[in-house]
Amino acid sequence: MVEKKYLLSTKQMAEFVAKGFLRFDELVPDEINQAVMAEFDAGTTKAAAASTPLSECYPEPSAVGRMLRLPELQGIIYSLVGPDPAFDHHAIHVRQPNEGKAQGMHGDSIIDTRLHFDIQIMYFPHDVPLEMGGTLVVPGSQYRRINEMDIARYQNLKGQIPMVCKAGSILVLHHGIWHCGRQNRTNQKRYMFKVRLNARVRQHRLWNTDDLEQLNSGHKPIFTRETNAVEDVQTILSRQEPWFEGAAGRLEIINRIKQWRFLTGDENFDVHYWLTRLENMPETRLEAA
Amino acid sequence: MSKLRQKVMILYLSDSALDSTVKGWTMYDGTGKEHHTTGDSDTPPYENGLDALLDGWRVIQFPQLIPPYPGLEYTTSFQMYEFIFEKLEEIHG
Repeated sequence: MVEKKYLLSTKQMAEFVAKGFLRFDELVPDEINQAVMAEFDAGTTKAAAASTPLSECYPEPSAVGRMLRLPELQGIIYSLVGPDPAFDHHAIHVRQPNEGKAQGMHGDSIIDTRLHFDIQIMYFPHDVPLEMGGTLVVPGSQYRRINEMDIARYQNLKGQIPMVCKAGSILVLHHGIWHCGRQNRTNQKRYMFKVRLNARVRQHRLWNTDDLEQLNSGHKPIFTRETNAVEDVQTILSRQEPWFEGAAGRLEIINRIKQWRFLTGDENFDVHYWLTRLENMPETRLEAA
Repeated sequence: MSKLRQKVMILYLSDSALDSTVKGWTMYDGTGKEHHTTGDSDTPPYENGLDALLDGWRVIQFPQLIPPYPGLEYTTSFQMYEFIFEKLEEIHG
């Protein structure tokens, strides 16, 4: 069982639902980073069969296993996909020195419209400066219905985030997020390890929900400065990304509301009345006087 | 001998109006002078689509306005307001 102190908070979960990723800088100790790099160079990182419980993957003395068994990472995994999720696949991504171009923008696997979601952990075992690229992620793109490289001609979107980080940093992504490997303009290879995990339990209130009631407020006045000043779940889920079009950005809030209802089981949850308004279809007829 | 080559710029705008804000951008340079790729810039080339016209780009495609398919009214997918521009430049050689 994961200790509660390692579980995600309600605000972190809301950030994940809004942006489709969470970032943890320098989470993995350097001793493990070095061991993982040596393992990559030796080619000894073995993948288990798809659907193997994670606890049965990467047995000792695997350095990747030590990384994944860090209590902080176990807490993140538990909060998002529950206890002992299924291993899907992993990939050791290598961007060669002085590449001619970046990878095209894409979503992984194939179009996947589930409210149940997989996570992908991206692990950066060495420092990644801007000129080395870093994986580029597009915050808030995870609910867009696209299929893999359909979006390869999107070169730049406002608010895109290049993963520039120190060794041992981790990104945890919703399966649908748009991303790509940026061009590596240095003389060194860049490594990134990715592992995809599938939940084996219903994703329902798996994080530290101690503050859920306090942050999961009911209907509030909308379009007011006072309402937006309160940093609760509604405020986090209502934030637009810089690349959102005006109209579609409103629909993204609907996507987030549906995801939050799924995760909390609270079918009355709403953000600023967007979905409740659509659900208001009274059938009560007034009696004739 | 001089020859004309096409430069193509795609701007993803905030709404269907050409003078609305740029949200995303893509460049292909047929002169071979510039090499653009994914994630190579954090700053849009223009504030809005009209600014591109003022700078000599010609619009060659406007996005059509198509009503959502029944059942997909709340679904988000591609960027809807994709405007394509071109500029012809002379190369020598």
